[in-house]
Amino acid sequence: MPLLTFASLVFAGSFLAGLLGAMTGLGGGVVLIPLLTLGFHVDMRYAIGASLISVIATSSGAAAAYVREGYSNVRIGMFLEVATTFGAVLGAFLATRAPTRALAVIFGVVLLYSAWLSRSQHEHATERVANPWSDRLRMSGEYPDGHGGQIAYKVDRIRAGFATMFGAGVLSGLLGIGSGAVKVLAMDKVMRIPFKVSTTTSNFMIGVTAAASAGIYLARGYVDVGLAFPVLLGVLAGSLLGAKALARARVPLLRTIFAVVIAALGVEMIVNGWLGRV
Amino acid sequence: MGDAGRDGAGAFDDARMEMAMGLLLRLGVLLAATVVMAGGAMYLADHAGSRVNYDKFVPHPITVRHPTELAQSDATAVLDLGILLLIATPIARVAFAVVAFARERDRLYVAISATVLAVLLWGMLRGG
Repeated sequence: MPLLTFASLVFAGSFLAGLLGAMTGLGGGVVLIPLLTLGFHVDMRYAIGASLISVIATSSGAAAAYVREGYSNVRIGMFLEVATTFGAVLGAFLATRAPTRALAVIFGVVLLYSAWLSRSQHEHATERVANPWSDRLRMSGEYPDGHGGQIAYKVDRIRAGFATMFGAGVLSGLLGIGSGAVKVLAMDKVMRIPFKVSTTTSNFMIGVTAAASAGIYLARGYVDVGLAFPVLLGVLAGSLLGAKALARARVPLLRTIFAVVIAALGVEMIVNGWLGRV
Repeated sequence: MGDAGRDGAGAFDDARMEMAMGLLLRLGVLLAATVVMAGGAMYLADHAGSRVNYDKFVPHPITVRHPTELAQSDATAVLDLGILLLIATPIARVAFAVVAFARERDRLYVAISATVLAVLLWGMLRGG
């Protein structure tokens, strides 16, 4: 199709992905790749490249907002980024060697898993943990309780958290997604870090993880600038608007719709990958 | 006996570090997005009538051109630059953290963040 039409449609689709991703907190990246591959018949590798680039943009743009509120913990983030960046480099190398059909199937499974995970993320009472390594590695911290005071917390099961983060990195490098859900899982459920600290720190980390594999993608030609630019600008615009609209949105309803959509896309990706139509 | 948390000064410096990093990130994204918008406009103008087909994968590695060449070069070069600026943003953030931890005399985290920086730079430079 003509370039202008293509770029406009891709921009519009990416805008929607970014908007929904920001409003539901589920990330637009997961919708973007199925949109490009199934909707626009873009080769999976180009889609992954474009998605990765937009993940860096939205993560970096959004992270600033959370940092101001004093929730994210830079030391936890930096420590775990050792795991995610190594994982991301490995994932990127695996991606260059894996057949796109396999990537599509893996991607579909991740989508299904994301839809499953998104179903109720409520805060649970923080258990008191007493892991001495939390202090030795200086990862203990505190966050605002909303009434001018601070709540202290510590970090637990550090090795398991580190390993899970490595996995999150591999997924990010392999599929060009942010893996925010896995990162939050590692911090919240495995390491018992308070939910708000986990989500904000995860946002901060996503861009760095993506940047680790980006170099490899660029060198292998996975990023086509003609495709990447409408995707990037669309997702960025959508997520900025989405973040603003968040206050007025009915998030639980949106999340349910979104979860159903990505579950359906997950099934489609698996089927198409299996049948070799990707 | 150990003091479980950090002292007041350490926590305050961390907060300032985080805010500065947040600002750095936003400026980086803004700069990159501006360059990408300019390049995108040029690209659309250059290739206005052509047809696109992305269903075949043909590798075209991205290269860096010298800034003075940009004025004469095509839209692709500008877009390449914008994307590189975007990727450089989180990398700059990590470099900033190395410096900030060094100023706090936190050797452990200087080492940790330097490791992350090394992986990032290796990925960028040795990507092929």
